[in-house]
Amino acid sequence: MDLLNLSLYLPLAGLLGIWAVRRNESLVRWVTLLTTVLAFAASLPLLFNFDISRAHELQFLTEGGRFVPDLDISYLVGLDGLSLLLYLLTTFMAPIVVISAWDSVHKHVTGFHSMLLLLQTGSLGVFAAQDAVLFYVFFELSLIPMYFLIGIWGGSGRIAATLKFFVYTLVGSLIMLVALIYTGYDAGHAVNGGVFTSDMRIWTGAEYQIGLVQQTWLFLAFALAFCIKVPLFPFHTWLPFAHTEAPTAGSVVLAAIMLKMGTYGLIRFVLPMFPNASEAFAPLMGTLAVIGIVYGALVAMVQKDVKKLVAYSSVSHLGFVVLGIFAMTTTAVQGAVIQNINHGLSTGALFLLVGMIYDRRHTRMIADFGGIASSMPVFAVMFMVATMASVGLPGLNGFVGEFLILLGSFDSAALGSIWFTVVATTGVILAAVYMLWMVQRVFFGPMTHDENKSLTDLDARETGLLIPIMIFIVWIGVYPSLFTGYSEGHIRHLLEQSKLKAERVLAATETAALPAWARDLYDATEDLAATK
Amino acid sequence: MDLLHDLSYFWPAAITSIGGLAAMMAAAFKTDMRWVNAVAVFTALSATVVAASDLVAGHSGLLFSGMVAHGGTAAFGTFVVSLGTLFTLVLSRSYLEKIGHHYAEVYALILFATTGMIVLASATDLVALFVGLETMSVCLYVLAGLVRERKTGIEAALKYFLLGAFSTGFLLYGIALLYGATMSTSLDVIAATTDKGGLYWAGVGLLLVGFLFKVSAVPFHMWTPDVYQGAPTTITGYMATAAKTSAFVAFILVLGRGLQGSVEQWAPVLEIVALLTMIVGNLIALVQHDVKRMLAYSSIAHAGYALVGLTAGTLSGYDGVLFYLFAYTLMNIGAFAVLAYYETADGQERSTLEQFAGLGWQQPALGVALSIFLFSLAGMPPFAGFAGKYQVFAAAIEQGYITLALVGVLTSAAAAFYYIRVMVYLYFKSPEQPVSLPAVDRLYGWTILLLAGLTILFGVMPSLIVNLF
Repeated sequence: MDLLNLSLYLPLAGLLGIWAVRRNESLVRWVTLLTTVLAFAASLPLLFNFDISRAHELQFLTEGGRFVPDLDISYLVGLDGLSLLLYLLTTFMAPIVVISAWDSVHKHVTGFHSMLLLLQTGSLGVFAAQDAVLFYVFFELSLIPMYFLIGIWGGSGRIAATLKFFVYTLVGSLIMLVALIYTGYDAGHAVNGGVFTSDMRIWTGAEYQIGLVQQTWLFLAFALAFCIKVPLFPFHTWLPFAHTEAPTAGSVVLAAIMLKMGTYGLIRFVLPMFPNASEAFAPLMGTLAVIGIVYGALVAMVQKDVKKLVAYSSVSHLGFVVLGIFAMTTTAVQGAVIQNINHGLSTGALFLLVGMIYDRRHTRMIADFGGIASSMPVFAVMFMVATMASVGLPGLNGFVGEFLILLGSFDSAALGSIWFTVVATTGVILAAVYMLWMVQRVFFGPMTHDENKSLTDLDARETGLLIPIMIFIVWIGVYPSLFTGYSEGHIRHLLEQSKLKAERVLAATETAALPAWARDLYDATEDLAATK
Repeated sequence: MDLLHDLSYFWPAAITSIGGLAAMMAAAFKTDMRWVNAVAVFTALSATVVAASDLVAGHSGLLFSGMVAHGGTAAFGTFVVSLGTLFTLVLSRSYLEKIGHHYAEVYALILFATTGMIVLASATDLVALFVGLETMSVCLYVLAGLVRERKTGIEAALKYFLLGAFSTGFLLYGIALLYGATMSTSLDVIAATTDKGGLYWAGVGLLLVGFLFKVSAVPFHMWTPDVYQGAPTTITGYMATAAKTSAFVAFILVLGRGLQGSVEQWAPVLEIVALLTMIVGNLIALVQHDVKRMLAYSSIAHAGYALVGLTAGTLSGYDGVLFYLFAYTLMNIGAFAVLAYYETADGQERSTLEQFAGLGWQQPALGVALSIFLFSLAGMPPFAGFAGKYQVFAAAIEQGYITLALVGVLTSAAAAFYYIRVMVYLYFKSPEQPVSLPAVDRLYGWTILLLAGLTILFGVMPSLIVNLF
């Protein structure tokens, strides 16, 4: 078994392992930790052996047999420049999440760790799958453990939150399933000799083109599923509940890994398969993204609960990512990819930190704190670094992504207006306002509550699990090209290809045969037909 | 000699009918009911093994002067029915003991019903079909009313009997009209007919109504919830899976073999029925508080999904339905088995959602198994239910039934809500009074785990069984 499959399925083996030792809770924790560490170790060589010069090609490819004889649905996993870092982020965060739950989860320990491990395989599979049906399977598989994580180990409103989360995301992905099957047959008839295919290399390849009308519907179906997952305004309403009610570990995985599946899907499927529709809808998606940025920031500002504030800040940050994707310039998409990672690290760290203070005080209300920097100096420092990364302070990772996105969207032809960038930039300012204001109220000023005087600072375990994240926050901040280098070739190739494809589709279109709305949407006027 | 030769390809039905007699004989000579159960289980096991080997052998042809087929669809139907029977028989013993209705006649009736189902699922002649159907139905009417001291039991039996007889009337009338139009009851002759007059279409229409009754499609579904709720739980599982499978396989044979030439006429009818069935079944299931009743309504909805595959009217559609039925048999018998355990474990007769609070933690393996069955019923990957749904929807989309597929997935999302709500109670809520369920009968528990394992296995590797079609 190669390392990719090994790291992908180790968590499942670990799951069996912890069921074998389920009577001994501390052993369960150790086995889980060992599994995740091993999975991380197994995934590291993938990073080192990755050939950056071929970043747009799949590497470490495994091609298995077909699932169903008559249909070209096969076990196909591999990594390219787009998925490599997200894959590594997932294996990297897993041990941290396990350690973070060491002292805070005491209810149904075996079940909790089983769900974490199942979730890890699900998430890794999403990033590794190169067959659309396989992707869908992992995409859905990751829902199940998260449903239980929130529902069993969450806060008081957990049941409503987890049902909303589950059903909301399921609706999106089921509609995508119909579009996916349709695409499979369409691609099969077009380029695979009439046999249904869900091989994503064929789907995103240059030969397979989708007509403008189908593109529109398929774009909407796929984009809906991914935008719910991201979540993009106005589909974000499940997120604050789910984040707030989830246990710390659940919030971290949700923020760091699961939300990325949405933005990843947009880049993986939507841009290369529906280039014309992506371009036509770019202003709409950009508008929603910008609304999300500002709206998320404004709502975050008025939150009284730190965790909810961080949750809404996610809506804002992911608005940037979506804006970057639909700017469709190399710089902006590159920014979106790295911002994905950055958001995972900094928001993941923030949720971990909020969890630590919650374990001590059993409250997350800003008003219950104040001046705790004096009683918890290490905690305060860590929190400040994560905050600054989230705000986008130059020198830390957040700056890199946001800067690239804003820079790349400024002269984006797809968006077609600098106003997207202008309004989005206010989001950066607002982020500084709500984050720093919260930090000020929580950490500085007079200590108004006596309970806060006796707070103990972070212990070695807590500090230790945060430090790796902090290292990467700084590392990406000062040396971004090391990280952006992995995806750069892929992004450039992808955008060039989709641009070519868009032109080809347009050239092949019989303008007269299009319905009126499609002609308007794609600017396919009679003149264009005449000029070609 | 011909008869013996034909019989050699029809062993499963022969075995189950002999087994039914043996169960009655055993009851006459041995008072230990475990022994009777063992005889019945052994019978079903042999039938399953023979059916499986027939399926793998892959031969096919007509038997008994063209009355029944063997191989292909019929063999698969036989296999699924035998498998469903086997699991039902294994699970029934401890359940029936606990509810105090453990009679030898139950096993005889189940085995006779299975014989009928096998004939039904292999029939290539409408007379054989009718004989199979009635053999099955009469046994099931009795089984539904097994718990006769309860009103719900009586209601189930009576309702099932009256509406069953009613629908049989439709079916029989349809057969008669078709005979009038084509001068034959053989599906192959009916298929070859070119003169399609009013008599023919009236016959086809009534035949469809009869079948839609039997598979409990909307608007002919009214009997299902009460019958499924009133019948003993493991028997409900049997009716919802084996009986439904045989009816659907017969439906496939009739449509695909006898009426394939009229696909353009009946497909739109089935499309509307499928739409209604998925919507109504799922919406009513949403508001149920009794889990058993909810599963009854969900079985209506599942009939709707299977009808999606029939609507496609293609080979891949029929194959999708066959896989769907197989997956449905595994997960539904499993789900009913766990319900049966919760119902009888400590004499509390749990069946509503509220009474399920916190039960998932009691016997963790059973809770996990029930969760797997429910996720699979909801059509979540990587379970068998997803692979089934995928195939029927894919067949529909291939034929351009996009709306049907869209309604299908949207109702699936609604369905997911009521399935996962069971887990809300199982795991997320605490019981009002602490409960502690006694350990499950060993064989019973392992059977459930086996079903859960198969649900995962065929979800991950559907090709294992799809290759056999």
